[in-house]
Amino acid sequence: MLSVRALTRLGVGPVDLDVAGGEIVSLTGPSGAGKTLLLRAIADLDPNEGAVTLSGVSRESLDAPRWRARVMYVPANAGWWSDTVGPHFADMDAERVKTTLHQLNLETTALGWTVATLSTGERQRLALARAVVRGPDVLLLDEPTSGLDGENVRRAEALIAGFANDGGGVLFVTHDPVQAERLGTRGLTFAGGSVVEVSR
Amino acid sequence: MIGVYIKLSYVDLMLASVLLVLAGGLSIALKLGMEKPLGVAALRTVVQLTLIGMVLKLLFQMVSPWWTGLAALIMIVLAGREVMARQTLRLKGWWSYGIGTSAMLTAGSVVTVLALTTAVRPEPWYDPRFALPLLGMVLGNTMNGVSVGMERLSNTLKREKDAIEGQLALGFDRRDAFRPYIRESMRAGLMHIVNAMSAAGLISLPGMMTGQILAGVDPTEAVKYQILIMFLIAGATSLGALIAVLAVAARLSDDRARLRLDRLRGVSR
Repeated sequence: MLSVRALTRLGVGPVDLDVAGGEIVSLTGPSGAGKTLLLRAIADLDPNEGAVTLSGVSRESLDAPRWRARVMYVPANAGWWSDTVGPHFADMDAERVKTTLHQLNLETTALGWTVATLSTGERQRLALARAVVRGPDVLLLDEPTSGLDGENVRRAEALIAGFANDGGGVLFVTHDPVQAERLGTRGLTFAGGSVVEVSR
Repeated sequence: MIGVYIKLSYVDLMLASVLLVLAGGLSIALKLGMEKPLGVAALRTVVQLTLIGMVLKLLFQMVSPWWTGLAALIMIVLAGREVMARQTLRLKGWWSYGIGTSAMLTAGSVVTVLALTTAVRPEPWYDPRFALPLLGMVLGNTMNGVSVGMERLSNTLKREKDAIEGQLALGFDRRDAFRPYIRESMRAGLMHIVNAMSAAGLISLPGMMTGQILAGVDPTEAVKYQILIMFLIAGATSLGALIAVLAVAARLSDDRARLRLDRLRGVSR
């Protein structure tokens, strides 16, 4: 599904990696190794070089918004562009939004909440939800559960696993080796500016 | 008294300078430390205005399209430099200067030439006695709108990085992600002239109109000129701010719809 070859950007790479459909690949490594930069480069949010394809289709053959709609990056601290939650889910299938929010222990009343009053955990779950309901092919998740408590970590992981079960590919960054083992079907780690397979 | 022009002598100016001495004295008495800046600024006013008075006199006598054009070009280049100097967040390289000057050049020249060829219609149309003061007033005021618009956009895009990239990451088009900030910057750029037009005649008597009245022009005629100038400035500010804001937006993104804050000085990737 997602193929990355010789991807480089300032201070990172060259990186080669693959994420197949249905796969959840964990990415670990020390702080400052370039995990976030790598996810951003795959999403083409920063200038970078390398061959990145999705199901054989090269990134450059798609315009950037279409690429990012299919290979979607969810940062650890997601940005919000409206005062309330609702507009961030505008034009989405209402039933799908309701189901996804419910999976993350949230109700549709959350759509009326004010962004400024959201807790870190609520922001993180809503950011995950707004990406999943858009139906990308690949999710690039940067520490998707870092601000969540035990029950909500379990629910978020179940949502991510469900996304992969439906054929989606996931590449997620985590600082928790136990989560990498538990959620990841395969593991990668940063070593010397590039990534290598973690043996299990 | 209309049509009467009271000529000022150098003695009259000397009398007015007594007020400046008074201001300097106050500064010394109150330990404001402003006596030197006041003196330097006053000296600059005298020297700069005397020089420009001599240059304008020369240009008015020549009525040459080339010399008028050269003077206009120098004014535009200086206005572009001033726009750049007002930016707290400048684009790397010559971009801030280039965008500011291009916006001033386009807006200033289009609006001034339009006014000269349609409303004022001097003979010849480039007569420096009309062309240069008109251009000067248009540039002086448009500069505010252009610099405020550019400044607001750069700062807002930097401040709202997460919100913008949040949209880009979800597959939004950059035009959609940038639109509210472009609108905000345009509004900020136009606010000065909107306020100036709203206050004209009520709170403030615009300088040009006052100058004409002092020079003996019928107030109703001076008002007509002032309205013309205000409309010219509004048109030029809209055009200049639009060009500058869109150009900064284009420079702070790229063909892969990324937010390129690394193109600002002092901001790394």
